[in-house]
Amino acid sequence: MSEQTNSTDESFSFDELPDAPPKRKIKLSWPGKIGIAIILFWSVIVVIGPSIAPYHEADILDEELFILPGSDEMYPETEFQPPSKIVYLGSDYIGRDLLSRILYGARTTIGISVLATLLAYLIGVTAGIAASVGSRYLDMGLSRVNDALLSIPSIMFALVLIAALNSPGIFWLILITGFIYAASVFRIARSLGQEVMVSDFVEAAKVRGEGLWWIITREILPNIAMPLATDFGLRFVWVILFISSLSFLGLGVQPPMSDWGSMVKENLPGLVLGSYAPLMPAFAIASLTISVNMIVDDLSAATGGKLAKRMIS
Amino acid sequence: MSALLEVDNLQISARNDDDELTPIVKGVSFNVEPGEVVALIGESGSGKTTIALSSLGYTKPGLEFVGGEVRLQGEDVISMQNNRLRGLRGQRVAYLAQSAAATFNPALTIGEQVTESTVLHGLMSQEEANRRAEDLYRALELPDPDRLGKRYPHQVSGGQLQRLMAATALCGKPDLLVLDEPTTALDVTTQIEVLKSFKSVIKQEGASAIYVTHDLSVVAQIADHIVVLYAGEIQEYGTADQVVTQPSHEYTRRLMHAVRPPPAAGQGDDTSDLHQRKAPALEVKNLLAGYGRTQNGVPEITVLRDVNVSIERGHSVGVIGESGCGKSTLARVMAGLLPAAQGEVLLDGAALQPALQQRSRSELQKIQFVFQMADTALNPRQRIDRILGRPVEFYHGLKGEEKRRRVGELLQMVELPQEFAGRYPEELSGGQKQRINLARALAASPEVLLCDEVISALDSIVGANVIELLKRLRQKTGVSFVFISHDLSTVASFADQIVVLYAGRVVEQGPTNAVLSPPYHPYTRLLISSVPELRVGWLEETMETQEAQAGIDRVVTLTDKGCPFFDRCPRAMKGTCDEETPPVRSLTGSHSIECHLSEAEFAQ
Repeated sequence: MSEQTNSTDESFSFDELPDAPPKRKIKLSWPGKIGIAIILFWSVIVVIGPSIAPYHEADILDEELFILPGSDEMYPETEFQPPSKIVYLGSDYIGRDLLSRILYGARTTIGISVLATLLAYLIGVTAGIAASVGSRYLDMGLSRVNDALLSIPSIMFALVLIAALNSPGIFWLILITGFIYAASVFRIARSLGQEVMVSDFVEAAKVRGEGLWWIITREILPNIAMPLATDFGLRFVWVILFISSLSFLGLGVQPPMSDWGSMVKENLPGLVLGSYAPLMPAFAIASLTISVNMIVDDLSAATGGKLAKRMIS
Repeated sequence: MSALLEVDNLQISARNDDDELTPIVKGVSFNVEPGEVVALIGESGSGKTTIALSSLGYTKPGLEFVGGEVRLQGEDVISMQNNRLRGLRGQRVAYLAQSAAATFNPALTIGEQVTESTVLHGLMSQEEANRRAEDLYRALELPDPDRLGKRYPHQVSGGQLQRLMAATALCGKPDLLVLDEPTTALDVTTQIEVLKSFKSVIKQEGASAIYVTHDLSVVAQIADHIVVLYAGEIQEYGTADQVVTQPSHEYTRRLMHAVRPPPAAGQGDDTSDLHQRKAPALEVKNLLAGYGRTQNGVPEITVLRDVNVSIERGHSVGVIGESGCGKSTLARVMAGLLPAAQGEVLLDGAALQPALQQRSRSELQKIQFVFQMADTALNPRQRIDRILGRPVEFYHGLKGEEKRRRVGELLQMVELPQEFAGRYPEELSGGQKQRINLARALAASPEVLLCDEVISALDSIVGANVIELLKRLRQKTGVSFVFISHDLSTVASFADQIVVLYAGRVVEQGPTNAVLSPPYHPYTRLLISSVPELRVGWLEETMETQEAQAGIDRVVTLTDKGCPFFDRCPRAMKGTCDEETPPVRSLTGSHSIECHLSEAEFAQ
C-alpha cells in the first residue's frame, strides 16, 4: 500500500495517506430486509400462485359451500362473505374466492408491470443515451418530442389510446404503458449520460480514438447502471399503480381475469356493507410498492443520496 | 497573559458503518496567544482541518470528539451547549473556507454578505456594520471601497473575493480567525497579494488566527508558530523561524525538501540529444483557437493567438501562465480535443488533422494526454488492469498473457506494486491514481506526452515524488513532454524549454536558463518574483519591488490590439503598448521575447 518514496532515512518512512474513504457497501436496513422478503414472497406467488389457489380465479362458488352445519337456510348469501374456513380472505361481489383471485392476480399485475417497465427502459435508455452522445440536433429533436409526451397527462393519454384501439388486450396494455413511461426514463438516462459524457475519463477514451459503441458500453453504461437500477424500482411501482388505475377505470385487464387494480374497483360497493373485499387487493398493491420503496431507499443511501435529486415522476 | 485558545490533548475519531472508531486526531496540544498566527501544516489526511474546526466546537459529520479539551479564554468549547455555540461561532471565532467562489451567494450583493453574520448576531447595526466593512475593504486594499459593497460576487476577481472572505470573517471583530487553505487555489501573483493583505489586516486588527495549509513557504510568510502534523499527531511545534531554518524533525525536513527552490537559471535538466531527429516531435504554427461558433476562421471567444511552439524530440517544454491564459487550451488543441480555427499542428514534420476524429490511430497513439485530475480521469467502474490494458490492446493489439505482462511492466514503470492491477481507482490514494493516469498514457508508447497540471492537485511531497518519476521516465523512454503548470518552480525544475503564455499569447519562450535569467519579459519577471520563498520576511521584500506594485492581481483582459499585459506592466508605454501588437524580439539562440522594449532597454 505504501507509496514508493526516496526517503533519506530508511528507518523513518511516511506512507502517503489514502485519501479515498472506504468503499461504501450496500447495507440493508431492517425495512430493506423486510422489503426483500416481501418481494421474494410475491415472486414465488407469481410462479406457483395458480397451483396453490384453492379455487380458479373465475369460479363463482356454490351456495352449498356456505351452508353452515346445522343451519336450515338453503340459499345463504355468497357475496361479500367474511373470511372463514371456506374462503380464507372472504368472497367478492359475485361470490368468488378473494384469496384465489389475489393469487392469480399476482401473476397478471406483476407480470404486466415488469414487462411494461422493461419496455419503458429499453426505449427510454436507448433514446436517452442517443441524445446524450449524439449531435446537438438529435438531442434537441428527441428532447422536444419527449417534452411533448411528458406534457400530456399519462392516464388521459392511455385512456384515449386504449379507447381508440377498442380495449385491445394485455399485449397493447403493456405496449402503451411502456411507451408512456419511456418518456420519463428518457429524461433520467439523458441527464445521467450527459454527466458522464463530459467527464475526463470519457474524454480520455475519445483522445485514445475509441469508437462511440465502446464509449457507450464500457464508459457510460457501467457508470449509470446503479442510479438507473434504483430508478427502475421506483418506476416499477408507478407502473403497478398505473396499470391498477387503468384496471380500476375498467380499461386495463378485462374480466374474468383477475388483477389487483380491477379487484379493488369491482369490490368497492362492499365497503358500505362492511366487507374487507376491496381492502385485500389494495393491501397486496401496497405491500409490493412499499417494499420496493424500502429497498430503493437503501440503494440510494449507498450511492450517496445523489439520486433523489434526479427523480422526476 | 493566558493563551487565547488552548488545545489540550485533543482526540477526534471517525465512526464507520460498523460503529468502529478510527482515531483521526491523536492527542494534539498547542496554544494560540492573543495577536498570534499559528499555522497547522500537513498533507491531506493529516487532520489539520479537523483540528482547526474543533476551535469552533465543530466536527465534520461522521467524526466525534473522544477526549481532550479546546479552551477559548479558559472555557471548554467541545462541551458547550448548542445555543452557546451559536454565540461562539461567527462572533468570537470566525471561519474562512478554502474556496471563496463557492462560499459567496451569487444572488446577493457583497456588502449584504460581508455584514450578514455581524448584524445577525446583533453585534452592530446595519449602518455600523457597513462602515466597518468599508474600513476593512480599505485595510485589505480592495479597489473602490466606497461602492464595493453594492457589487455582486461575479463582478470582482478571485483574489479580491478571497480577501472579501477575510472582511466577512473580521467584520464582527472576532477573537480568533480560522483560515482554511485560503490561498491554495490562487495563482502565484494573486496569492502574494492576498497573503500580504491578510498579514497586514491581522496585524492591524490585533486578531489571532489559525492558518491551515500544506504549503510551507506560504506559512513562513505569515505564521508566528508552526505546528507540523502527520496522521493526526504533532511532529514538530515551534516558532516559524526555528521550524523553517532549523527543522528538527525528519518529516519537516521532507516537507522542506519537497518545496522546490525559487526558479532561477541553471535548474532545467539538459536533455541529451540521444533521441534527436531532424523534425521537431511536435510543432504548432500560427495557432488561433477558441470556443464557440467559428466564423471566417475566427471563433466567438478567442483564447489563443499567434502561438508558435516546437517541441524537439526528447525534450520537455514547460508551458506556464496564470489561470485563464490558455495553457490547457493549447494542450487540447495539440491533442485534437479542440480543433484549431487557424494554424496547424505538426507531428514529426507532417501536418495533423485539427480534429481527433480525423486523425489516424497511429497519430493518436503518438500524442498522449495526461489529465489534471486523476480522480475524474479514471473510470471508477474499471479495474486498473482494464484501464491500463485497454490502450495496450487498442494500439498494439496485445492480448491475454502478453497484455498482462505489459500491464505489469507499466505498473513497474510508475513504481507501483503489481497487485494494484486488481484494484479499483477509489482504493488508491491521490498520488497513486496520478501514477496510474500516467501509466495509461505511457501504455500507448507515445512520442509526446501532454501533461496538464499533473501535480497541481497533489500534496507537496507526493507531487515532488511524481516529478522525480517523470524525470526518470523521460530518461528511460526518450518521450517528449509538454508540461503545463501554473507553478514556475515546478516547471523550472523539470523543463528544458519554457513557454510563457499571457492572455493567449506567447510573451516569452526559450531554453529554461535563458528565460529564467535576464533579460526578462516584464511578465516573466513578475511571475518569478511572485513565487514564495521559504524564508521569513520574503513577502515584505517582494512587495517593495516595482513589478509587485504595478501588476499583481489585476483582471486579465483579452485584446485584439496592443499588448495584453499593458495594464499590469510597470514599463508600459502609453500610445505604443496599448495600440500596436508587440514585435517578437529574437535574442540569443532560440530565446525570444514579445515586447516593445528593445534588447538594450531590457538590460536596464
